[in-house]
Order: sequence, then structure tokens, then C-alpha cells
Amino acid sequence: MNKFIIPLAIFMALVGFLFVGLGLNPREVPSPFIGRPAPAFELARLDAPGERFAHTDMAGKVWLLNVWASWCVACRQEHPLLVELAERKTLPLVGLNYKDEPADARRWLEQFGDPYQLSVMDRDGRVGIDYGVYGVPETFVIDRKGVIRYKHIGPITPETLEKKILPLVRELEKS
Amino acid sequence: MKTALAALLALAAAAAPAIAAADAAKPTALDPVAERRTMALADELRCLVCQNQTIADSNADLAVDLRREIRAQVAAGRSDAEILDFMTTRYGDFVLYNPPLKATTVALWFGPGALFVIGFVVLYRVLRGRRERIADDRPLSEAERARAEALLAGDSGRDRV
Repeated sequence: MNKFIIPLAIFMALVGFLFVGLGLNPREVPSPFIGRPAPAFELARLDAPGERFAHTDMAGKVWLLNVWASWCVACRQEHPLLVELAERKTLPLVGLNYKDEPADARRWLEQFGDPYQLSVMDRDGRVGIDYGVYGVPETFVIDRKGVIRYKHIGPITPETLEKKILPLVRELEKS
Repeated sequence: MKTALAALLALAAAAAPAIAAADAAKPTALDPVAERRTMALADELRCLVCQNQTIADSNADLAVDLRREIRAQVAAGRSDAEILDFMTTRYGDFVLYNPPLKATTVALWFGPGALFVIGFVVLYRVLRGRRERIADDRPLSEAERARAEALLAGDSGRDRV
């Protein structure tokens, strides 16, 4: 009997490891940003290139920073959700237009709707590097003090929005 | 026709180096020492877009940007440690192909060694057990002899186990 239990136990352990390991998403790398101040930036606005916007302009508010681009297919996937979120007016949404052509970006917003309070242009991706962006779209939840509380990589799903992002935002707004 | 072909060939020949140059990761720094340092650093960093390639190998947009970033920092006289620190504060320890030894990476560093030792111990015990069994040459007991005879006689002997 013992003869079978040991290999069986090893096999089950292996199955357990594989089950968990293969279920993990390798693109979801633990972010070193959670709990750290949002990196500083000051960039030209997409809608008014003459004006600039800095992260400090949002001080005192809980806000979302959404990294997007017109060339990004997955952004199109999450976009309707952002438009819907903007209509609910729960919190300000700022777009970081990442490595994009301003004309393309403006056309994209015209076509699919503009959920952003405003978007800023990060044409060379330098601010993207500061925010550790590697898989557009990415979304950051930033609190009143300018600290990053949550980071979502890839398109936001209704589930993450309702179960993670919005409850966190409500909690942060109370404090 | 012939001249047209020749012109076309000449054009292709003229364009070829330009195409080749556009494709390769071009060293923009003129200083070969700085460029070597840049590439050595890029070789230690994981490209997060195509995760099994280094920033030096990858031609993903982000890798190109990060190579440019490293090159700029090397040119600005930053130390290797400072540049690696710049990367880990943004992308986490995951970007390092040579991960630091700390509480969360103990299993990574010592796991393979521990598995090797466990495997070796198991192998040793199995082999020793077998040697003992082989070396066991005391005569059969009465019961064992009866069972062996039963087996030889064609009785499976299963009920006696």
C-alpha cells in the first residue's frame, strides 16, 4: 500500500503546483508602485497642446490614471467601460496617451467617446517608463495624497471595476 | 529592359545597407566603452513585453526605449547600481535576470539545491536498501520455502501474502 501512496502523493503535489502555476498570468508582475507616491510628471494636454497638466493638479482628489493609445487594441476593449464610468461621474479619469500621434489619438476619442477629464501626451514614453508601463492599457488608482493604491495591467473588466477598483475608491474617498 | 534591370539592381544595392542599418539595434553612442556598458546592463534586464528576452535581445518598443534610457544614463555618468535601481523601482525585481537574495527569493535561490540534496538522500537510501536486500543470504524459513514451492507449482500464492 505504502508503495502507491508515496508516488501518488508526489503526483498530487505536482498536479497542485501545475494547477496553480499554469493558472497564474505571467503578465501580472507584482508592481513595486503600490503604496508609493505617484511619479511626478508635467505634460502637454491632448485637447489643448498649449496647456500643461501636472500630477499635482489632482492633489486632494482620488483619481484614475489610465494609460491608453490609439494603436492599442486592448484599449478599445476596455473603452466602453471607461465611457460608462465617466457617465456615472464617480471619480475623475485622466488619460495618459502613451507613445501616440496626437491626431490619431484625437480621432480615436471622437470615434469611441472621450471618458477622460483630460488626456496628456507622453509622446516619447518617458513618463510611461517612470510609471513602469509595459502593457497598455494600464490603470492606476491614486489617492488624495498622490499615493498609488492600485495598479491594473491590461484592459479593465467589469468585474475588476466593480469588485476591486470602485470599492477601493469609495474607501479612499472616505478617508 | 536590361538598363532598367541594372538600374533596379543598383537601387537595391544602394538601399540594402540603409535597410540593414534600420533593422539592427544601432549604437547611437560613439563611445564604445559606454556602449559596451549599456549593452551589458541591457543584457541583465528582462523585457517585460516579451518576457523571455532581455532588453538587449528584444526589439519590442519598450525594450528599444529602455535601451535608450540606459544609454542616456550611462552617458550621464550614473553607476551600474544606480541604473539597475532605476529599473527595479519601476518594474520590480522581476526585471532582473540575476535576482537579489532576499526573503521572497530564498526558494528561488536554494530550492534547486534543496531538491538536489533531497533527491540524493532518497537515491542513497533506495540503493542501500537494495544492497541490503541483495546481500541478505540467510536460508529460507519454513514458511518462505513452502510459499516458494507453491509459486513454482503454479499456485499464485496471493492468498498467503
